[in-house]
Amino acid sequence: DTSLAEVNSFSPSVPISPSSMINQCKFEDGPELRDLFITVDDPESHITAIETFITYRVVTKTSRGEFDSSEYEVRRRYQDFLWLKSKLEEAHPTLIIPPLPEKFIMKGMVERFSDEFIETRRKALHKFLNRIADHPTLTFNEDFKIFLTAQAWELSSHKKQGPGLLSRMGQTVRAVASSVRGAVKNRPEMFTEMSNYMETFSQKINLLDKIAHRIYKEEKDYFNEMKEYGPIHTLWSASEEDIADSLKGIASCIDRCCKATEKRMAGLSENLLPILHEYILYSEILMGVLKRRDQIQGELDSKVETLANKKTEKDLFSEEIGKLEDKVERANNALKADWDRWKQNMQWEMRSTFTNVAENNLRYYEE
Amino acid sequence: MEDCLAKKMEITVSEAEKRTGRNAMNIQETYTAYLIETRAVESQSEGQCAPVDSLWRRYSEFELLRNYLSVTYPHIVVPPLPEKRADFVWHKLSADNMDPDFVERRRIGLENFLLRVASHPVLCQDRIFYAFLMQEGGWKEMVNETGFQLKADSRLKALNATFRVKNPDKRFTELKHYSDELQSVISHLLRVRARVADRLYGVYKVHGNYGRVFSEWSAIEKEMGDGLQSAGHHMDVYAASIDDILEEEEHYADQLKEYLFYAEALRAVCRKHELMQYDLEMAAQDLTSKKQQCEELATGTVRTFSLKGMTSKLFGQETPEQREAKIKVLEEQIQEGEEQLKSKNLEGRDFVKSAWADIERFKEQKNHDLKEALISYAVMQISMCKKGIQVWTNAKECFSKM
Repeated sequence: DTSLAEVNSFSPSVPISPSSMINQCKFEDGPELRDLFITVDDPESHITAIETFITYRVVTKTSRGEFDSSEYEVRRRYQDFLWLKSKLEEAHPTLIIPPLPEKFIMKGMVERFSDEFIETRRKALHKFLNRIADHPTLTFNEDFKIFLTAQAWELSSHKKQGPGLLSRMGQTVRAVASSVRGAVKNRPEMFTEMSNYMETFSQKINLLDKIAHRIYKEEKDYFNEMKEYGPIHTLWSASEEDIADSLKGIASCIDRCCKATEKRMAGLSENLLPILHEYILYSEILMGVLKRRDQIQGELDSKVETLANKKTEKDLFSEEIGKLEDKVERANNALKADWDRWKQNMQWEMRSTFTNVAENNLRYYEE
Repeated sequence: MEDCLAKKMEITVSEAEKRTGRNAMNIQETYTAYLIETRAVESQSEGQCAPVDSLWRRYSEFELLRNYLSVTYPHIVVPPLPEKRADFVWHKLSADNMDPDFVERRRIGLENFLLRVASHPVLCQDRIFYAFLMQEGGWKEMVNETGFQLKADSRLKALNATFRVKNPDKRFTELKHYSDELQSVISHLLRVRARVADRLYGVYKVHGNYGRVFSEWSAIEKEMGDGLQSAGHHMDVYAASIDDILEEEEHYADQLKEYLFYAEALRAVCRKHELMQYDLEMAAQDLTSKKQQCEELATGTVRTFSLKGMTSKLFGQETPEQREAKIKVLEEQIQEGEEQLKSKNLEGRDFVKSAWADIERFKEQKNHDLKEALISYAVMQISMCKKGIQVWTNAKECFSKM
């Protein structure tokens, strides 16, 4: 079965070379290796007696054997995505599950169902599913498959199965208890480093996000003033003879600068701002992952303590948990490599946008 | 322009100094004095430089000089002085008259003023101007002795008063409109430019924050560390570059400001002409009415209603002797009036001729100067963009190495 072989060669501990990332689409690791293509589009609003909500079309194309068909088209709403995320977290508590766009946006004056909001959300949902698809382990998750393929009624009946509220509450209680216990005794050095790193990283990313928003705002103000600047020259040229042409020339240049500024702003809001936001969410996710890892480690440690006598049982548990820890390590490493690569790409795109603007400016600024 | 002073003499306003002294009301004040240096341009035979003469003047003396020139040469578009108070400032620039940047720009403006006057074919020959440059003491008294203040028509001081002229000269009316338009458009432009500069400053400076955060972030990164650090450095460079850019732009703004004030000078010439025309028409009207009176008295007919006519009807006619006397007085007045009218007409025609010549000269100068200013502005923008390209290309490289 070719798809399985591909997966095995896809060893998570080998970082993927950056050179393979030099292309437009961020999600392609090389077209030959991909066998699952997902798009999220076509938002539609639905109005019922109780509520209004938006569904998105999710189209999947695949060549994998375990899928009954090679193409699927379903409609999903935001709640469904939330469900998928929580199932993934349940199944793989120490893997890094990609971020989902938030339920509400506090900052902007964006209304819940404005076009801008819907579009931003759609893009983020698209990224979410594709990141899962690219993840060596998550891509084979059963709930993921159901999400992509089941019809609406199938999905809701599937959702009703699974661990009940009580057991989930039990998990939460344990999680809280372990976090209350504080730093885990036998935490490997690596994870302490990671935790420290994440703290600083999270700080810096938040700062960068603020700075980027501030720059966007300043550029917007600049743009607004510039809009008035050009027409004044045109007005002036009406009173002049000799220098009328020069003035008109400058007016048109200024107008083009305005357009270039608009492009620059669009570049920021389409590339940089969403990515910074994602990484803010990522840093929260990562902190969560590290906590869960600690929690599992805590369980291991307590089991080790209490089952000191029953040697065989201890070995069994230790083995299990040891495997889990290894898994966590590998996942973390893979994603860290992944993540650095992302960052490089992201920065590169952002800079290209800016140098583009600067070059545009040059072309436009003629006498 | 052959014999103008500027070609024979080098004039510079080379320094500015803060001084304290007592003013006319015996109150202590601080003011700035400017050093005017002049040197004769000799045929450079042995490369020898003539000695430099210098004296100190303050802004109020420049103002006095300009007022004198405006009144003495009403048909000339007199070059304007740099602004008294800082106007059209964007937030970083101080509006304080004592601020060193403002003083520096004013120094340049005053030098420019002197050079403009010195290159004007008519103004440069004025002896008061020459004395302003060369004679330290007693200059003020010299100016006041010319009695120019008496010539200054106080009616012109009322800026918004209009004189209802029956036959306005179309050219001057158009010119007045033009000067109004020029004033309004340039001041609007300068206002918006100041706001644009403010915003641009903001954009650049916030990028400086990137530098700081990148540097902090690079401390926790391994592979990305170097790239981040150097990119951060470029962000700092970018943020710092705006200061020089905007300083250069101030110079452009000053060039526009000069023509903003020139527009006022232009308008002043138009108004003087208006006033002249008005006086002419009034005099002509007066003459006509006197002639009419004369005629009426001579023929005994009353063509138009007059209070005198009515009273004389009521209280009886005058004696023939009285009438004769009146007619004689009127005839004298009429003769005087006709002579005055003649000379006023002549004055008017001369004024128009010489004013128009100077206006043509001014127009050429304005077109030339403004074109150059616009070109230099465009060049500035290009250089700003080139700098931007350089910084971001460097940053891009750093980022790609992360």
